[in-house]
Amino acid sequence: MALNDHIRQQWAQSKILLLGGSAGSFKLLFRLVKILPKNLGKSVIIVIHRKKNFFSEIEKLFSENSRMLLTAISDKEPIRENTIYIAPANYHTLVENEGFFSLDVSEPVWYSKPSIDVTFESVAEVYKQHVTAVLFSGANQDGAEGLLKLRREGALTIAQDPQDAEMVEMPQSAIDINAAEYVLRTTEIFELLESNA
Amino acid sequence: MKGTVTKDAITSTQLNELIDIVKKIHGFDFSDYTEASFKRRLARIMMLKKLEFYDLKHVLVNNHSFFQEFLEEITVNVTEMFRDPPFYKALKNQVVPYLSTYQHVKIWCAGCSSGEEVYSLAILLNEENLGKKSFIYGTDINTEVLNEARKGIYSLRKIKSYAENYQFAGLPGSLTDHFTIMYDAAAIHSELKQNTLFSVHNLISDTGFNEFQMISCRNVFIYFETELQYKILDLFYKSLCPLGYLCLGNKETIRSEAFRKKFKVINQKENIYQKIGA
Repeated sequence: MALNDHIRQQWAQSKILLLGGSAGSFKLLFRLVKILPKNLGKSVIIVIHRKKNFFSEIEKLFSENSRMLLTAISDKEPIRENTIYIAPANYHTLVENEGFFSLDVSEPVWYSKPSIDVTFESVAEVYKQHVTAVLFSGANQDGAEGLLKLRREGALTIAQDPQDAEMVEMPQSAIDINAAEYVLRTTEIFELLESNA
Repeated sequence: MKGTVTKDAITSTQLNELIDIVKKIHGFDFSDYTEASFKRRLARIMMLKKLEFYDLKHVLVNNHSFFQEFLEEITVNVTEMFRDPPFYKALKNQVVPYLSTYQHVKIWCAGCSSGEEVYSLAILLNEENLGKKSFIYGTDINTEVLNEARKGIYSLRKIKSYAENYQFAGLPGSLTDHFTIMYDAAAIHSELKQNTLFSVHNLISDTGFNEFQMISCRNVFIYFETELQYKILDLFYKSLCPLGYLCLGNKETIRSEAFRKKFKVINQKENIYQKIGA
């Protein structure tokens, strides 16, 4: 489906861009981070499934390739415009009413910590309709419930078209429970998110 | 396995109402806990106990024995042995050499949950030949987890899941070397257990109880509002000997000028500090 005015308008009005993904979404998110304009006028929160003790350099890699400022999330970190935040390994990332992050070491959700559901649900409660959320490729159903909650709060919810996803289960689960308002091809997602420049 | 429920979220008004009840009836003050995670814990309790919000309030008022169960579930008791292996490496290289200069080393592990961190520290100190002269106090507000901590018995499945941390921490041998294995359970060696003491302590309302060379309070501050963090930092400052060490969780950044005047950064990444000043 082509991008319509409604999508573009909701994207333009969003304060938060939420990106979730797991297996098969890393390269995609890496490319996406590259095209986001420096003055996007929004905060970007990325939740990728990652293992503890795997001292990956995701923050460093993303930061070197992004025009936007990138900050690793620490406890009570304020949520600022034009900044990309990445959920740390071995914590769940939550947001508070006053506009900052808080972290949580409680039980994994869908075997994952960080869990996409946890962050998406928390953002839904605080930012409601002022959110654009995209769920990408992944091998389990984490994120689907969170996306549904966002949709119920009036956020713009998008699932990557499973025909473009390396691992279909994650976006497909969201589609199955009717959590995605739109199912977009990867090229369309890129076109939309680039359009605030 | 799914940790959250997707029923109607608890509103802030309801949350405050409940915090008020708990404070008035049970004397525990949760008003400075961060809201998002506290709400998740409440949702979890409501799911586990199959209670609607109204019923939860009702049992908290009328059923006193329920409060202990509530307390067990409201605080997060997820912990690991050797969580964040680079932290233990930093301790070994940057803190232990100083601790070894003391005649006796007293350590306070605040918010120790089921004891995994206390025993990790005990193993590290023992490996560094400080075992005989060190003593570790583990405290928590939750009596049930303290009972587990005192036993020092963990499922073999858990111990196996901590084995990777142990390897990454760069300690010799394997984690199971420090345990006696009995079928599917593992008991910490008694020589490691004898220099530990577990007791109830509430960081929000209780005062200090000793002077320590090191205080470790990791992944507790993430559940507290900033003002409460400062209050507890003051308690820690007073409870440390001059040049004593403070260890916080590696994401628990303190953004206060006053704090920087009282503590010197020893390891920025692992959030290890040393008491300076008066």
